[in-house]
Formats: sequence, C-alpha cells, structure tokens
Amino acid sequence: MNTINQEPSEREQVEALLPWHAAGTLSRREAERVERALAGDRELARQFELVREELYETIHLNESLGTPSTRAVQKLFAAIEAEGPRAPKRRSFDLAGRLATFLSRFAPRTLAYVAAAGGLAIVVQGAMLTKWAVKEQTANEFTLASQSSSEGPSIMVRFAPGATVSDITSFLAAYKAQLIARPEPGNFYQIRISGLKSADEIATIVGKIQRESKVVDFVAVRE
Amino acid sequence: MQATSDEALIARIASGDRLAMQVLFARHHVRIYRFVLRLVRDQWKAEDLISEVFLDVWRQADRFEGRSTVSTWLLAIARFKALSALRRKPEEGLDEDAALEIEDLADNPEVTLEKKDRSAVIRKCLMGLSAEHREIIDLVYYHEKSVEEVAKIVGIPENTVKTRMFYARKKLAEMLKAAGLEQE
Repeated sequence: MNTINQEPSEREQVEALLPWHAAGTLSRREAERVERALAGDRELARQFELVREELYETIHLNESLGTPSTRAVQKLFAAIEAEGPRAPKRRSFDLAGRLATFLSRFAPRTLAYVAAAGGLAIVVQGAMLTKWAVKEQTANEFTLASQSSSEGPSIMVRFAPGATVSDITSFLAAYKAQLIARPEPGNFYQIRISGLKSADEIATIVGKIQRESKVVDFVAVRE
Repeated sequence: MQATSDEALIARIASGDRLAMQVLFARHHVRIYRFVLRLVRDQWKAEDLISEVFLDVWRQADRFEGRSTVSTWLLAIARFKALSALRRKPEEGLDEDAALEIEDLADNPEVTLEKKDRSAVIRKCLMGLSAEHREIIDLVYYHEKSVEEVAKIVGIPENTVKTRMFYARKKLAEMLKAAGLEQE
C-alpha cells in the first residue's frame, strides 16, 4: 500500500482487508486468509483490534445521528399520491423484469439441476422436444410469448451453471430474445429471436451465442 | 416466517404496489438518511433527499436489474443525490480540502482529549475526517458493504476502494495521535 508501482506484499494485502474482515463482509476464502495471517502475526492482530475499535465507534457515531422526522415519509407519499395510480405495465414489454421474476421462481430447482448436470455431455433429445406445448403454460403471473413459426425459428439454449439471473436477463435483452416455453428436462429453454429469416442470419446468431460461453453452454436451432 | 426480500419488494413496487413501497421505506430509510446526513450535514436537506431517493425508486423500480443488492442501489442513488445537492458531480468525488471546509468540529481534538474519553475522541476524529474518507469508513463499517459493493456505490475500482480505506484509516490514526491518543 505504500507504493504505487510496487506490488503490495502479502502482509500489506491482508492488512488492507482487515476493515472488511472486522465487518464480516469478506468471502469465506478471504476471511480464512486473514485469519491465518492474524494467527501468526502479533502486530497484525494488534492492528485488527484497532480496526475493531474504529468499527465500534463508527457504528456508535452513526447510531447517534437519530432518525428522520415523519416529514420525509409524508413528503414521499404525497409525491407518489400526486402522480396518481400507475398504469400496469404490460409485462410483454418488460422482458428483463419478467424474466428475472420467472427465472427466480425456478432458481432452486433449476440451478441445482444445472449444477448437477454440469458435468454431463450435452445431448439434445428429440423426444424432449415433443413435450413442448407452449399454449398450456400456466406459469403463474408470467405469461410466455406465444409461439408462431412465422415469427422466426425457436432456438434451444441451456444456460451455464455459473450464469446469474442478471447474466441471463442481460443476454436475452441483448439478443432481443423471448422465452417461449418453460424449461424442459435438462434445463433447456426455447427462445425466439425476432427478425431472423434466412438460414445465414440464423447461423450467424447461433454462432454468436455459442461464443457466449459464460452465459450459455449449449445452443441449437430447433428444426 | 421469512420477510419479503428487497428484490421481491422492488418487483411489487414496479407494478405500483404502495404497500411494498412503505415496507421498503421502513426497512431502509434510517440508514439511507444517516448516510446522506453524514455527507450533507443538514438534517432538513437530508430528509428532503431521502424522499427524493425513494421517489426515484418508485419511478424506476422496473429498471432495477438485480446487479447489486437493493441497499447498495439505494446508497448509490442517495450518494448521487447528496453530491448533486452539494453541487458536485459524483465522478469528481469529494475534494478533501473543500470537504474540510464543511467540517463542523465544535472543538479541536486536543480539547476533546481533556475529557479523557477515548471513545469520544475517536468519534470526534471520525467526524473530522474529510467527506471522502468519512464516506468510505461509513460504507465499510456501518453499512457493511463489501469491497465490490463500495466500488459500485462510489464508482471507483475495487483496488482504489482498498487504497482509499487504507488512507482514511491512516488519516484517522494521525488525527488520533495529534489528539494525544496513541494507538497501542
């Protein structure tokens, strides 16, 4: 930390992490790293005690600041009231939001499944596709886009185990893709990208998606 | 019973649910207020600003992408508004010299030391830090934000977060020493 051009030593790096260790906001790996260093370095342990004291006093100081008066909440809700009732947004236009909600609902099952299946070879099974029945969807509040072959081909994707919901929604938004069916066994999703007509366009997009390995670990056009 | 997550509240707010707005406000407004107050040092202005922060949430909830926690998002909005209120652009950060001009030390650390109250001296010195250093210390210690979250709120690289925290602590140590408090 003392020089700009020189790589900080291990001790300096650990010392820089002490405030976050005291606050309990380090990752487990980093916390263990700090704990190991503290166990063998009395000076560092002394530094940590000082950090803990700073933390305690900072909390004390902030807690002594009191609370805002009711004026703040009154002003807020008066402003909200003045805006009038909000017209419900058509979910079909809120792709990122509705997909985040949708995927979150499936998260425990889906993510566990994807993680478990992560090491398996990826095989598209025709039989799996036959189970596809978009119009029978009853996905709670989420309404999937209806499928129509005239709006372009459907593309099957499977999201990478490490992809977050945010990654997935960003990916779908970037490609202007719509989710058109609930996940199939194996966590394959069908998406449709509007505007795709020619075989070349489709091949180009599929090739592009294949390079999105952080988010998608499988992609194929559904025949 | 599990409380509704902040993210779920934001989704409900996006659809116009005022009750969800009330719950989110009740859950976060005190901390946001204290964060803003520490920056603007004016209770009246801080109250106005938190109203504006949550009004932004009401209007922009559908744009929340979940890339950070809701509290981090709120703090980032609050910081932007506080800095705007101080007529500063957020990307410029807080100039230390200028920030010191708005300090409100009732007496200097030496005088405080006479109280023989170690805690009081430390708190006094914490208040005497520049706004930039106060901000990072508050975010780390009081708001319990990780390096990554602080980087998002303040808009600086993660390594800069660590460096800034290091220098904030160094400055604090110097002030404590000047106040006669040796850190043993």
